[in-house]
Amino acid sequence: MSMLHRLFNFHGGVKPAYNKEASTQQPIAVSPAPTFLVIPLHQSIGGTPRPLVQAGDKVLKGQRIGEADGNVSSAVHASTSGTVTAVEMRLMPHTSGLPALCVVIEPDGRDEWITRTPFDYRNATPTQTRDYLRDAGVVGLGGAVFPSHLKLNPGKSGKLDTLVINGAECEPFITCDDVLMRERAEATVKGIAIMREMLAAGRVLVGIEDNKPEAIAAMEKAVAGEKDMAVIVVPTRYPAGGAKQLIRVLTGIEVPHGKRSTDYGVQCFNVGTAYAIYEAIALGQPLVSRIVTVAGNVEKARNYEVLFGTPMADLIALCDAKPDTDRLIMGGPMMGVRMPADSVPVVKATNCVLVGSPILFPPPPPEMPCIRCGECAKACPADLQPFELYWFSRAKIFGKAQEYNLFDCIECGCCAYVCPSHIPLVDYYRFAKSEIWAREKEKEAADEARVRYEFRLFREEREKEEKAARLAAKTAAGREKAAAALASVDQPTTTPEEDAKKALIAAALERAKAQKADAAPQNTEQLTSEQQAEIAAIEARRAEIREMAKPHLPPDN
Amino acid sequence: MNNSPYFLKPASVQSVMLRVLAALIPGIAVYVWFFGAAILVQIGLASAAALVAEAIMLKLRGKPLALFLTDGSALVTAWLIALTFPSIAPWWLTVLGTLIAIVVAKHLYGGLGQNPFNPAMVAFALMIVAYPQLMSQWPAVGATEFATQLDAIFGFRHLDAMAMATPLDALRTALHTAEAKATVAGVLGENAAVGNIGGKGWEWIGAGYLLGGVWLVQQRIITWHMPVAFLATLFAVAGLFSLIDNAQFAGPLFHVFTGGAMLGAFFIVTDPVSGATTPKGKLIFAAGVALLTWVIRTFGAYPDGIAFAVLLMNIAVPLIDMYTQPAVFGHKNGEHS
Repeated sequence: MSMLHRLFNFHGGVKPAYNKEASTQQPIAVSPAPTFLVIPLHQSIGGTPRPLVQAGDKVLKGQRIGEADGNVSSAVHASTSGTVTAVEMRLMPHTSGLPALCVVIEPDGRDEWITRTPFDYRNATPTQTRDYLRDAGVVGLGGAVFPSHLKLNPGKSGKLDTLVINGAECEPFITCDDVLMRERAEATVKGIAIMREMLAAGRVLVGIEDNKPEAIAAMEKAVAGEKDMAVIVVPTRYPAGGAKQLIRVLTGIEVPHGKRSTDYGVQCFNVGTAYAIYEAIALGQPLVSRIVTVAGNVEKARNYEVLFGTPMADLIALCDAKPDTDRLIMGGPMMGVRMPADSVPVVKATNCVLVGSPILFPPPPPEMPCIRCGECAKACPADLQPFELYWFSRAKIFGKAQEYNLFDCIECGCCAYVCPSHIPLVDYYRFAKSEIWAREKEKEAADEARVRYEFRLFREEREKEEKAARLAAKTAAGREKAAAALASVDQPTTTPEEDAKKALIAAALERAKAQKADAAPQNTEQLTSEQQAEIAAIEARRAEIREMAKPHLPPDN
Repeated sequence: MNNSPYFLKPASVQSVMLRVLAALIPGIAVYVWFFGAAILVQIGLASAAALVAEAIMLKLRGKPLALFLTDGSALVTAWLIALTFPSIAPWWLTVLGTLIAIVVAKHLYGGLGQNPFNPAMVAFALMIVAYPQLMSQWPAVGATEFATQLDAIFGFRHLDAMAMATPLDALRTALHTAEAKATVAGVLGENAAVGNIGGKGWEWIGAGYLLGGVWLVQQRIITWHMPVAFLATLFAVAGLFSLIDNAQFAGPLFHVFTGGAMLGAFFIVTDPVSGATTPKGKLIFAAGVALLTWVIRTFGAYPDGIAFAVLLMNIAVPLIDMYTQPAVFGHKNGEHS
């Protein structure tokens, strides 16, 4: 039920054309299984799952084909029954255009499930439940694909004030959460109730932007029986669906960059994730499909329930892409990433396949100089001064960029959207961030090399002394004396001289370590797994750029 | 290949600049009403000079001509020069001022977006130092006959009959030279051409600029910070001193409605390129300009102080911006990342 609830404002934001009507005219349809499913093993933040199958294996729908690599990882499953035809490198749905290990399955058409057993989480320890969810492949479906089991932990205090459920869906064109809430509100609320129990959350606030009246009505009806659970209608303004922005709007709490929201008594999940948790726990179904919006330059925009691994081309074929289509974007127009080809598969992160054309997304007008008008600062939801970051990034004054909180930038694109000079601001920040990460990596490598070198000097010195001792043992008097000398070398506590040297080396190592700790820039400490994944992605892009640049460089490069 | 975001708000530098020009129109209309059409000739002269200078400089710097020439920024500078120079100034004075603004103050510093000083104010300051006499000859109210004005602009005759000092200048000269006999009330009252609030005609031109300026705020081209801080500070300091001695110090209303105060508040201190950018910084910057303006008007040797005040504060902008960075999301309680 709806109740009076104080809303807080977040700074900035923009109101682009939402374009959400076209894909919400019809209910969710089921996308048929394609000829081949290409299921990437790495579909979440964290470690890459280890393949559990090989070519020739028969698999059932929901059978685990990739095992979570450690706890910061999430399992991957066969989306339908069939035969594994290959475990090989395939093109990934990522701008880099780099391949990664995928399990290719030829469906047998029977769509035969594994034995599905609901998980009795009430009679399981929290750790058991989290392990179950990790093995069921449940990750954040808002687009970040962070393993959900890691977030279903109330932290030190053992309880949480507020569980925020994100149904804001602020990006233009995307409506997968909207239709999910319209059609599967009850199941979603059941999933929310499970999460709430696991987190011992006092209250639950479901935030939905006011441009989704049907979803609001359905969710209000579904939460009616739940205690301290309310649907809160929030004003439509991009990026109100950013986790931090929504937490701020609903609770007034600002979770700083790099901090855990549970330390502030809040945790935030996407509605799609709540539904996936319901399926995993109440139905015993691992995550094998999701709702994907197909919109943009298509005749028939619609939401589909899509099996992971379905090539985007197969999905687009259902919607009749118009002839002038020039690109596919995974995600929305503000933050989405351009796909290297239409053969890439739908994955857990695919909330939308946005079909583009030069008319729908025209090339930006020519870039003009920054006139410091401050429009970007007015639009920035992180309260940054984007034009200052732009000047610093452009001039490669990265230290200053960090000082001006470059790493608090969430790359939402608001600044670039409003810039009257049409400066691709976010590209500048991506560039600066990747440069800073690269430099830090280089510095770390250099530090390690120095430590290795110092150790080598120490070792060589020790070996020299050992040799001298042996020599002395051979030439000088009596075997006993020689044996004593050798023993003294072998043991760590030897001559005072040697001890002093060791102490010196230890001190040097200590200093180097301290220097390293001092020199490490503040912003990049305690990186979240999302950021590490981002770094990895950027590294991949850089590698690709280096490859491309090779022919143009002198041979020794 | 471009990255996200894939679509942009329909905004451009050109649309910003054109709206600034549009916002000047009410003030210009009132100007013509009280002081004749000479100002339009000056605007034309300055615009032509600015575009030619801009084109040559762009060509020399190898910049795309069509893109930058049509951005409207040179026109804004030109119009501001025309509006701050006397409308019956000789043509070459306006042209020379405009060339200095565009060539030196803008392009030699790196062109659009790079100039640390407000180009129009650089032009004004240089011209008033070099030609104080010519820069002080303003048209008298009522002397609006166009042919005579044209003669003053293009002819080489000096037309003392139609020229006079601005009320601000008249007041300053009287107070500085009449050895304690002159009072504010005396000067402003006895001079028939000087009106009630900011000087006859001037207060209405000011009102015109105010109208256009409020529209600019509504259009989100400028924020309220600078005009409010500027006018409030000028009002406060003038008010305070006229309370102390209203014979020696002109009142607050006079100050905010005379000379270039309204034009300055909405169109000059608000120049984004050379001004402060943070909300707090904008308040400090504009208040500083207002304070210096009052000091120069009251104790200085020049008829108006806005140009010098703006240039002095322009120097302080990097410092102001550095010390007024707003707290970012999540760090508002003094926590640092």
